[in-house]
Amino acid sequence: MWRLNKPSVAVYKLSSCAGCQLEIVNLEPILFDLLGAVDIHYFVMAKRDNKPGPYDIGLVEGAVTCGEEIARLKQARKECRILVAFGTCACFGGIPSIKNWKPQRVVESIVYEDLSAIHSTTAYGIDNYVPVEAYLKGCPVSKDELVEFIKSILLGVRPYLRPHSVCVECKLHENVCLAVTKGEPCMGPVTTAGCGALCPSHQKPCEGCRGPANDPNPESLAETFKEYGLHKRDIVLKFRKFAGMNPEFAKGADAV
Amino acid sequence: MTLERIQVDYLARVEGEAALKITLSDGKIKDLMLNVFEPPRFFEGFLVGRRFEEVPELVSRICGICPVSHQITSLQAIEDALGIEVSQQTRDLRKLLALSQYIQSHSLHVYMLAAPDFLGYESALSMVEDYRPVVERALRMKRLGNDITAAIGGREVHPVTAAVNGFTKVPSRKVLRDFLLRLEQAKQDALETVKLIGSLQVPDLTRDCEHVALRSTNEYAINEGRLVSTKGLDIPVWQYRNHIKEKHVPHSNALHSYIVGRGSFLVGPLARVNLNFDRLSPDAQKAALETGVQFPNFNPFYSALARAIELVHSVDESIEIIERLDPVEEDRSFEVKGGEGFAITEAPRGVLYHSYRINDEGLVEAADIVTPTAHNVNNMEQDLREYVPRVINLPEEEARLKCEMVIRNYDPCFSCSTHFLRLEIKRQ
Ligand code: SF4
Ligand code: SF4
Repeated sequence: MWRLNKPSVAVYKLSSCAGCQLEIVNLEPILFDLLGAVDIHYFVMAKRDNKPGPYDIGLVEGAVTCGEEIARLKQARKECRILVAFGTCACFGGIPSIKNWKPQRVVESIVYEDLSAIHSTTAYGIDNYVPVEAYLKGCPVSKDELVEFIKSILLGVRPYLRPHSVCVECKLHENVCLAVTKGEPCMGPVTTAGCGALCPSHQKPCEGCRGPANDPNPESLAETFKEYGLHKRDIVLKFRKFAGMNPEFAKGADAV
Repeated sequence: MTLERIQVDYLARVEGEAALKITLSDGKIKDLMLNVFEPPRFFEGFLVGRRFEEVPELVSRICGICPVSHQITSLQAIEDALGIEVSQQTRDLRKLLALSQYIQSHSLHVYMLAAPDFLGYESALSMVEDYRPVVERALRMKRLGNDITAAIGGREVHPVTAAVNGFTKVPSRKVLRDFLLRLEQAKQDALETVKLIGSLQVPDLTRDCEHVALRSTNEYAINEGRLVSTKGLDIPVWQYRNHIKEKHVPHSNALHSYIVGRGSFLVGPLARVNLNFDRLSPDAQKAALETGVQFPNFNPFYSALARAIELVHSVDESIEIIERLDPVEEDRSFEVKGGEGFAITEAPRGVLYHSYRINDEGLVEAADIVTPTAHNVNNMEQDLREYVPRVINLPEEEARLKCEMVIRNYDPCFSCSTHFLRLEIKRQ
């Protein structure tokens, strides 16, 4: 494990909504403590004066959707000791990866008239191009996990990033199961915990925004959705939303 | 012939990625380009074929800073398409959500993104040493905005409860009333903010340009109203596309929004305050008058002040809504019958337009989204054209900062501007 004293941090942005970066600023109740514990050297959204690398920790937000971003990602890899896929876009391709399921030209022509210089490619998470040391999942990332991760690096212990499914957290909250009692198509059984079962706690089925949990059974869940009367097409839409490129969620989409 | 360049390669303290290139020849602007190198994300493309229930969840990911605006606007456009009339409670909760996002986003912009420019710091982080109480005030207000968003929406970034025809879960009266005390304190913070920002020296850039905002008969328009302007535009939301279009302009390659028969226009806090001054809460009006700055005002550098004034209003209106609201669970059921719908709201950064065509199966057939930054980019360039000649004799670093300030004023959100990204097309 790493153990670093006052590590330098860089925050990079690829194709994304900036929500994960904003979650760093949203730590404000403990922001000053954080600033005491790490040195933020590169964070374009928040600072004008950005220092060049190398850095100890690089948080990469966003999916890779064009060649230029591959180059910037490789550069980030070179500059950082610990490279973190920061949020679901960076972990799995996230929402930007929805476009992958239509021919690229079709998606482009809906938005653009002149396609001559569009250089967008299939959207992937960053580990498709470079090795990654850690994955902080979530759309947006969970602030608790971010803090947990940074604390672990300061202490030199392994961060506790939840491997189990959202269902476990739902039970901890003593929620009534939306799937079993109401037949709602909840992605909780196959999705990584860490959000505190946020959506089910608000009477809303999980949509899988944190990507697949360890050792899930997506085929079985797809089957169950079918029994609930969900149209095949809608089952596919569920699995191809936040992490459709991931082999586990792909199995769910392919099962119907 | 002297040829100089002002170049900002990577614009800091804005959301998303953009570069500004200005080429001067004999002290005159030869070329001015605001270059957005944020890659296209194709929201309007991949929304086609998705279910209408997913749209608010998906479009909130256009922008992490104003996800609430994208959710509310898409919900209202979808409800318009499906012929759904929502309850007063849903209207109130949505307004409260929108106001909480104003509080969060405006304190972020005023203190973290704009104030360092005016006070001569590279970032709010570096202001901490000299201005700790001010930075703490900013963080306190921002946290309050976030907390109210989370209390209603379940989460501060990409909230989850707002749904077609209501909310999946409503906050209790108690949860809402617990915010009253903090809102009272925020009122003081907001008034201090108006004083601070009102006392700053701003560069003069008064320019005759059209300001566009929503206007409503009985409230400070945020989620509903007619689209009006300082030059006589006054239309219902569904007529938007008859009046506002986009075009290529040869000098910049950027797709620019314009009003048919006229030209570029400004949306955002300054336009709202200019067009709706009489609808601001009495204390917000009073605070504005006490700064001595005149409204309506056509100097875009007063946008930060307009934001501060809106902070006071947002706090006042939040208190007013919470005091009368007692949320109950409501029936959200409705029948799905396809149609086409339109909505405009005032996102923190200005007019946001969404429109959808939905078929009888509930699938999206077409989506059209125009964000505040896309509306403003034409006007940003016009401001720069006017402003650059006044700063070219300054040392380069200073000129560069001033140009950045012109853009940062708009609080642009470059990942949002799905249309604006078309300028990538002919960049080479
Ligand atoms: S993971 Fe979600 S919140 Fe984070 S950048 Fe991507 S879309 Fe935004
Ligand atoms: S419940 Fe599911 S969709 Fe909701 S935040 Fe958690 S992982 Fe994401």
